[in-house]
Amino acid sequence: MEATNATPVKYDMDVVRWFTIMAVVYAVVGTLIGVYVASELAWPFLNFDIPEITFGRLRPLHTNAVIFAFGGCVLMATGFYIVQRTCATKLWSNSLAWFTFWGWNLIIVCAVITLPLGLSEGKEYAELPWWTDIMIAVIWVCYGFNYIMTIGIRTTSHIYVSNFFTVGMIVMITYLHVVNSLAIPVDWATSYSIYSGVQDAMIQWWWGHNAVGFYLTGGFLGIMYYFIPKQSQRPVFSYRLSVLHFWTLSFGYVWLGAHHLQYTALPDWTGSLGAAISLAMIIPSWGGAMNGMMTLSGAWDKLRTDYILRFLVTAMAFYAMSTFDGPVMAIKSVNSLSHYTDWTVGHVHAGALGWMAMISFGSLYHMVKKLWNTEIYSEKLVNIHFWIALIGATTYVVAMWVSGIMQGLMWRDYDEFGTLSYTFVESVSAMHPYYVMRAVGGAIFNLGTWIMLYNVVMTVRQANAVRGVSAVAAKA
Amino acid sequence: MSDHDQIYSTKLQDKIERNTLLMFVLTAITVAIGGIVEIVPLFYLPNTAMCQNDPTCNGTSHKDLQGNAIPMDKIIWNPATSIHKTLDDWQPGDGVRPYKPLELAGRYVFIREGCFLCHSQMIRPFRDEKDRYGHYSIAEESMYDHTYQWGSKRTGPDLARVGGKYSDEWHRKHLKYPRDVVPESVMPNFFFLDKAPVDAVKLTKTMKVMTQMPFNPVPKTIYTDAVIAGAAKEVEGKTEMDSVIAFLQSLGNHVKFEEGVNYRD
Repeated sequence: MEATNATPVKYDMDVVRWFTIMAVVYAVVGTLIGVYVASELAWPFLNFDIPEITFGRLRPLHTNAVIFAFGGCVLMATGFYIVQRTCATKLWSNSLAWFTFWGWNLIIVCAVITLPLGLSEGKEYAELPWWTDIMIAVIWVCYGFNYIMTIGIRTTSHIYVSNFFTVGMIVMITYLHVVNSLAIPVDWATSYSIYSGVQDAMIQWWWGHNAVGFYLTGGFLGIMYYFIPKQSQRPVFSYRLSVLHFWTLSFGYVWLGAHHLQYTALPDWTGSLGAAISLAMIIPSWGGAMNGMMTLSGAWDKLRTDYILRFLVTAMAFYAMSTFDGPVMAIKSVNSLSHYTDWTVGHVHAGALGWMAMISFGSLYHMVKKLWNTEIYSEKLVNIHFWIALIGATTYVVAMWVSGIMQGLMWRDYDEFGTLSYTFVESVSAMHPYYVMRAVGGAIFNLGTWIMLYNVVMTVRQANAVRGVSAVAAKA
Repeated sequence: MSDHDQIYSTKLQDKIERNTLLMFVLTAITVAIGGIVEIVPLFYLPNTAMCQNDPTCNGTSHKDLQGNAIPMDKIIWNPATSIHKTLDDWQPGDGVRPYKPLELAGRYVFIREGCFLCHSQMIRPFRDEKDRYGHYSIAEESMYDHTYQWGSKRTGPDLARVGGKYSDEWHRKHLKYPRDVVPESVMPNFFFLDKAPVDAVKLTKTMKVMTQMPFNPVPKTIYTDAVIAGAAKEVEGKTEMDSVIAFLQSLGNHVKFEEGVNYRD
């Protein structure tokens, strides 16, 4: 993977260190807000009659914090780390990387201020006001340009597969963000999408599902293809499968958004097309998941002692599970039950907590060791974090699966007189135990992130104490 | 042959892996295709409610049981052919119309408070949804909804046809303190809307913006200069609560649905 140069390359790792630290911080913050909004649904008094923290305003803050703050910092930390090491070169521009760091964090600060104030464009996962959208576009293109230029100045002959996945993400997110965010401003706070109705719905879910497909999956598969081989010290199980995985996933994922709109006013052909491709996507997804897992073949014993590897491999199991769950939900008859219910929420969190967060935690621990050239402060705490994360994620997902299916069945149930068995509000009160369970699962998961934060901070301090002071690490 | 010259996949893949620009371009093309195939036709094909300057809406035609096409001006309100000529005269059943000023102000509040995160506005063609919410939603009904509000989750019930189901007074009580009316509800209290006046300046600007949209703008024959100029006066003394209630009461009764017509084709 890394070229064996005669003279070792001096990488630009300071910016990676900062992205790594911020990723850990945002993991704590993002999931904490998640626990709070989940609790608001279980115990509505928690809205406390304060407009800024009502569910409707805080929920977008949760999704933006975990996707763009946590996920974004993980992607940029690992991205800048992987691209330098696999291309055996410094970054094309270290200053541009720092500009990306400060810009991205400024965007997060803007989100923290504007979303509770009720600035919303009314599109899920794209709520941020129009001028923040412009900032995102600029910073994202800076990140992408720097990344691709770094590949351009590589000293290795071939481009490693991780970089394919990341470039796929960079290009697709640029398309999605720009097209979906086109709007006419009314004033500084408010703007309205140039699309309406059917067209807007399709464009929104083209964005919505591919933010998942390319940002939360493609980008993180790039992470997987680097860190699983590195941590297990085995080559990728199949190089050809990884190539196939990349091209099929990149081509296929784009079509899936339409499965969010089955039986709506969207023309039937679009939803059916989305469902058909969704089913086909099991093949590349599972091919990729197998590729990650089989990389360990011959080294399975490492799972007994290597806690970081546990995170990475469990992530692949969740990846396989969510990429089975997803296509099943895209089938029209299943979708007629699952759509509009908590099943969707469960599916998303199986991916977000089980796959995306787990692979992130594993890679972050791996990077912290390498970046500060030290051992983890407490291996034991890594192990505890692993089990807490696994229990939390499972509790959350199971609660939502059960509540989702129950909701769907209650809504469509008829009594022997041919009238609806349940009023809507009966389904709401039936959800209460599961909403409590979900909040508890989320809280357990959040506890794990605090442990990680503590462990990472102590590791960095320990490294500094041993080796004297590095300016960046000292501040961290 | 050194290790670096060995081809482990195919010649094409090997070429791509050695050439940054080629990789970038081919990736950029690969990820563009699906979106183009699914999105672009929605601006041209029938049944997508793309109606600007085209009274047939890309040839959309809903047919009754005898196979006769229902004229589009029965579905989408057209002041030129309708007996009701202005927004104020419009009657339920005249066809889909843009929002009246107070309703549009309410829609802003609806989006601001994130209501769409728990309430969908899209009824699917199932028996239980018909019994619970009413006739399935059709594309034309959201053609003026810049930022569609179909939603993705029903933590609360669908609102696509909530208009007229409850009294204004019920809505006021329910929005202020939902659990006073529905004890099991998990909706936040929105009592604070009752104290906030409608922002008339923002409303006037919003109406102008709605007429400037590149796709499905509100016709200037409906949001006439006079209507826009009169909006501020119309919402004078109204609170955000009044506006949200007006918005909710406007949902779902625009089209007079007839038995046996396939409105989605």
